[in-house]
Amino acid sequence: MAAAKPSLGASNYRLIKDRAARWGVSLGGVMVLVALLLIFFYLLYVIEPIFRGVEINHQRSFQTPAENVVAMGMEEQSEIGYQFTADGELVYFALRAKKGTEWEPGKELMRTAVTAQKPTAFTKTQPQNNRYAFAVPGGAVRIIEPKFSSRFIDGEMFVEPREVELDARELLQVDPQDQDIVKLAYEYDGESKLFAAQSAEGRVFVNFMQAKRNFLSGAVEMESKVSELPINGGVDQLLVTPDLRQVMVRQNNRFWVFDVTRTGTVKERQLINVDSRRFGEVTSMSLLAGASSVLFGHANGKITQWFEVAGDDGRRYQFIRDFQAAESAITEIVVEYYRRTFYTIAENGEVGVFHTTSEAELYRGHPDAFKAQNLVIDPRANTLLMREGQQLHVFELSNEHPEVTWSGLWQEVWYEGYPEPDYVWQSTSGSDDFEPKFSLVPISFGTIKAAAYAMLFAVPIGLAAAVYTAYFMSPSVRKVVKPTVEIMEALPTVILGFLAGLWLAPLVEAYLPGIIAVIVLVPLSIILFAMLSSVLPQVIRSRLTDGSAALVLVPLVAFVGWLSFQLSPVIENVLFDGNVRQYLTNELGITFDQRNSLVVGIAMGFAVIPTIFSIAEDAVFSVPKHLSNGSLALGATTWQTLTKVVLLTASPGIFSAVMMGLGRAVGETMIVLMATGNTPIMDWNIFEGMRTLSANIAVEMPESEVGSSHYRILFLAAFVLFVFTFAFNTVAELVRQRLRDKYSSM
Amino acid sequence: MKQWFNSGKPWIWLTAGSVSISLIAVIGLLILIGWRGLSFFWPAQIHEMDVRANDGSISTIIGEVYDTETIPLERLKESGVQLDDFNEVALDRWLIKIGNREYVPLDFTWVLEPQIVRDETPADLAKLERSKDGNFYGYVVDVLENGKSVANGENVRAVLEQRIERVVEINEQAADLQDSEIGAINYQLNQLRLERRALDLEGQLTEAEKARISAAEQQLRDDYEVLEEELFALRDQASRDEVVMRDMRGVEVTLPMYRMLAVYFPNDMNLVEKIGHFFVQIGKFVSEDPREANTEGGVFPAIFGTVFMVLLMSVIVTPFGVIAAIYLHEYAGKNAITRLIRIAVINLAGVPSIVYGVFGLGFFVYMVGGSLDQVFYPEALPSPTFGTPGVMWAAITLAILTLPVVIVSTEEGLSRIPSTLREGSLALGATKAETLWRIIIPMASPAIMTGLILAVARAAGEVAPLMLVGVVKSAPMLPVDGNFPYFHLDRKFMHLGFHIYDVGFQSPNVEAARPLVYATSFLLVTVIIGLNLTAIGVRNHLREKYRSLEH
Repeated sequence: MAAAKPSLGASNYRLIKDRAARWGVSLGGVMVLVALLLIFFYLLYVIEPIFRGVEINHQRSFQTPAENVVAMGMEEQSEIGYQFTADGELVYFALRAKKGTEWEPGKELMRTAVTAQKPTAFTKTQPQNNRYAFAVPGGAVRIIEPKFSSRFIDGEMFVEPREVELDARELLQVDPQDQDIVKLAYEYDGESKLFAAQSAEGRVFVNFMQAKRNFLSGAVEMESKVSELPINGGVDQLLVTPDLRQVMVRQNNRFWVFDVTRTGTVKERQLINVDSRRFGEVTSMSLLAGASSVLFGHANGKITQWFEVAGDDGRRYQFIRDFQAAESAITEIVVEYYRRTFYTIAENGEVGVFHTTSEAELYRGHPDAFKAQNLVIDPRANTLLMREGQQLHVFELSNEHPEVTWSGLWQEVWYEGYPEPDYVWQSTSGSDDFEPKFSLVPISFGTIKAAAYAMLFAVPIGLAAAVYTAYFMSPSVRKVVKPTVEIMEALPTVILGFLAGLWLAPLVEAYLPGIIAVIVLVPLSIILFAMLSSVLPQVIRSRLTDGSAALVLVPLVAFVGWLSFQLSPVIENVLFDGNVRQYLTNELGITFDQRNSLVVGIAMGFAVIPTIFSIAEDAVFSVPKHLSNGSLALGATTWQTLTKVVLLTASPGIFSAVMMGLGRAVGETMIVLMATGNTPIMDWNIFEGMRTLSANIAVEMPESEVGSSHYRILFLAAFVLFVFTFAFNTVAELVRQRLRDKYSSM
Repeated sequence: MKQWFNSGKPWIWLTAGSVSISLIAVIGLLILIGWRGLSFFWPAQIHEMDVRANDGSISTIIGEVYDTETIPLERLKESGVQLDDFNEVALDRWLIKIGNREYVPLDFTWVLEPQIVRDETPADLAKLERSKDGNFYGYVVDVLENGKSVANGENVRAVLEQRIERVVEINEQAADLQDSEIGAINYQLNQLRLERRALDLEGQLTEAEKARISAAEQQLRDDYEVLEEELFALRDQASRDEVVMRDMRGVEVTLPMYRMLAVYFPNDMNLVEKIGHFFVQIGKFVSEDPREANTEGGVFPAIFGTVFMVLLMSVIVTPFGVIAAIYLHEYAGKNAITRLIRIAVINLAGVPSIVYGVFGLGFFVYMVGGSLDQVFYPEALPSPTFGTPGVMWAAITLAILTLPVVIVSTEEGLSRIPSTLREGSLALGATKAETLWRIIIPMASPAIMTGLILAVARAAGEVAPLMLVGVVKSAPMLPVDGNFPYFHLDRKFMHLGFHIYDVGFQSPNVEAARPLVYATSFLLVTVIIGLNLTAIGVRNHLREKYRSLEH
């Protein structure tokens, strides 16, 4: 056996392996940091788009195919546009070139004469109804809906304009006196139509047309009911709400609102004189999406929003907020199909984009230095079509989250239909007209409330228990007690939540006086027991050392607790006339929910106690013994030593324990989800529930649409939680590290 | 007295009291869950009682006493209940489970104790467990086969038990057939559809390929028809028998046998039989599928899902956690980056779990999963494969969540290994990597184990993030089955913790489901406390071992 020459250094191969291991392990270690940063930046990445403004990018320009345009529109794909002319024509044209067709921007695709004679008036419905109406001489009205057909060829969609069916039946006689109509407004709700019009001789009237099926012939007949409005002189603008409930008339700065009942009866509701010194001359008027708000454009470039607010004399329109859209008179206000975003055009051609509820000025200026005269938005709000003289400009519009602003999330917002500005979280509803209300204040408040009640319960018990276990308890008992309390930290919170919701909440409801009795009686009985024990004979007293007091007290506390519950009906009978809930509601005016903050406080308190206990106990226990021994040697009592020496020294550790506990309470999800009613209310009442950030995410995240404002705001809620807990944990950890350094130097 | 207060004695006692309160809370909680969870399996007596209503009429109720509570008389009076000659402050009221869901409006009823005129537990009362409509309580009258009686008064119990056994067996065969063989055919058909789509997308769908796929599909359909006939034959056999019962209204009703699962006569059991029944019920609970929107039956899929997800998570979290701990303890210098990493570890441990869920949903499911679908599963689009919550994403999300647990525990283990061992190894010429691999890691392996156990315990109890990244109320298919590739990491799964939340708070009949929730909680708590105690045990053992090494 030839002995190999022992090599003293490591071989190259081994060194390379060593080097590789070093790099690999270092990379693995840094991965932890990367993971945390990834979470942080990914959350930010999702949130960021909600704070972006509007981007308007010029795509192309071309000659307008029609003259004397009164209205424009686009279909959903933004491939075809259409224009109505003052001569009663409807012209479809291509908005862009498309492969597989011979289209080029501005190419006329179809031209239809809608009316035989030159029309006397024109109107359009709210954008989502997409109907247009021409009044022809003689007081009749023709209604048109631009229609499109689409077909798929090789998986690609081709949209084409559809021929408008010109049917004599659709000529509706709106004015029963057969006079020419000069001003017209029209809306329909699927079966009925409501017209408001002014005739050539100045009569202002409302015509409510209801479709009635004739029982004998089966034919549908229009039954119309006409009422005249008490208005003299020429009006500037007429509006009809899409629910056919209201007609609005504007005559300079005078603004009338009339109610229309389902039977067609008209009644004046309100007359507003828009104060021209305060707001300026009214130059235009428009209904916002959802048709609950009226927007006025003013001569000084202001836009004012008005909606109905419930007051002493019923619901009345009132001024809500204003926007500075330009420095010259507003000529046109264009509203979006579904959102509360609106676009303004001023006399000098300036364009403005605003969102009413969030009070956000999203854009102001001349896009690409063009001067706008008309503009229109497609149904998906992705494309903006602008007319400037004989030129049409197409813009790409990116305006994903106009409803969210930082101030809207954290400040009071005056929502449509609300009596005053308020903090509201209401993300979804059944109706289309609904406006989502994203205020993070109520759910942040809920988080703080839940954490506060939990800490109220957990901090005294957790800290006292920690101090006792670390300072007084005999080591043999401590060895058992510490892991027992800490095992509670491992308990799944879903079980605590389930017990809180299904066991504790009904128990609290049934034995409310008992719960309060426990809080009062347990400390009293402990002190009483301590007093008694101090006068006991020496033989027994020597057994009741401080070291084992905790175990001695277990049966006592359990008994007092049981006794309190037994006394509960008696207390209820004596103090609260036998029904404490009714007493609370009737006598004190306090709302009582079964799943309330008290339940959450107790349940979450128990979840937090082990965290606080564990860290605080470590802090107190690791206070160097020579400090306390020195104090005791100088004649201080154990209690004095504890409060004056030990606790002071350990106070940073205790602070860090409380911070850690708070961090846990803030982020806890399942307990609050299960033990509260999850209503986003803002009230400190201990007998009412709350909705927290975390529970809100758990409830709403699965049903929010990916990429929507709602989705991103839920990410924002998660980010807020992340930042909260990051701050608590980092401060707690830094304090703890400093404390450790301090002890090690002692 | 003043002096006594100044001595601080009362405050010491008060701090002692808070320890007692904590102890009572922990132990009381465990006892409560244990008691409620286990008593669910114990055969309850079936009571037959006559109850006098407010108007003096007397009705008979048959059922199990489910719950009792004491309420003040005052509150009853306000809700209009008249109790004459009853003069105490409070009285007991019993919640009776009367079952027979299809014949009574509510299968639970409250009975006031003073209104009970007669209360007996006749030995003949039977409890029928059924796969639909819950339990049935009543007297067995007759057993029918094809509409004809096959039992006389004497042997009716034996005949019933035997017939139920037969039906259960047939139902099992049918379920087996449906799940394994028919399920496999459906799975293969779907695979063929995707294959055709994939070929189509690549432009390689030739006539030959088309013919091959069509032939394979036809073959599967033919097989399916044979199996379907078998299935129908089994179902016919199962619906042969019926049982006639007399319920609490005194009416005789005929119930189809194919819905029966078991029959018990709990009032006629002795202690040994009851203990046997107790364990049989526990066995059924952990091995059976849930029924009736999770409010009855077992929790097997939830156990399976939890275990599978946790194993998957362990595979991911262990290497990362151990490497990070080794870096922090063995390689990292005392510099700013190390401090940052330590703060990152603490923060990863402290970030609310729901934030991980949000991150997992956005980053893993939609971003990573969506990209995976684009690249690897274009044939299945637009229905997502990995771009939707599933067991893999749940495991990865929880791996990040439990990473700090493994790191902290492993690092503690590493710090307990005396440095003399390292120095010895290095002095003998080993490189640092070799020292780590041969000496340090084997010695730290119990600590790594401890960390892993704690991580598993944490993951098993976590619910909030899972609700977003993959857990569902009811998963039709387990993530592991007999179809290639056997592990389906894209599937959704059931989880014990979520099961508790779902059954306790989102089920249509919370009252009926409550004992089941307690039983599930008990199971979960047992597992988690068990894991934690094991971890503590391992850790203590380790400490003792290295303490002896140091001296």
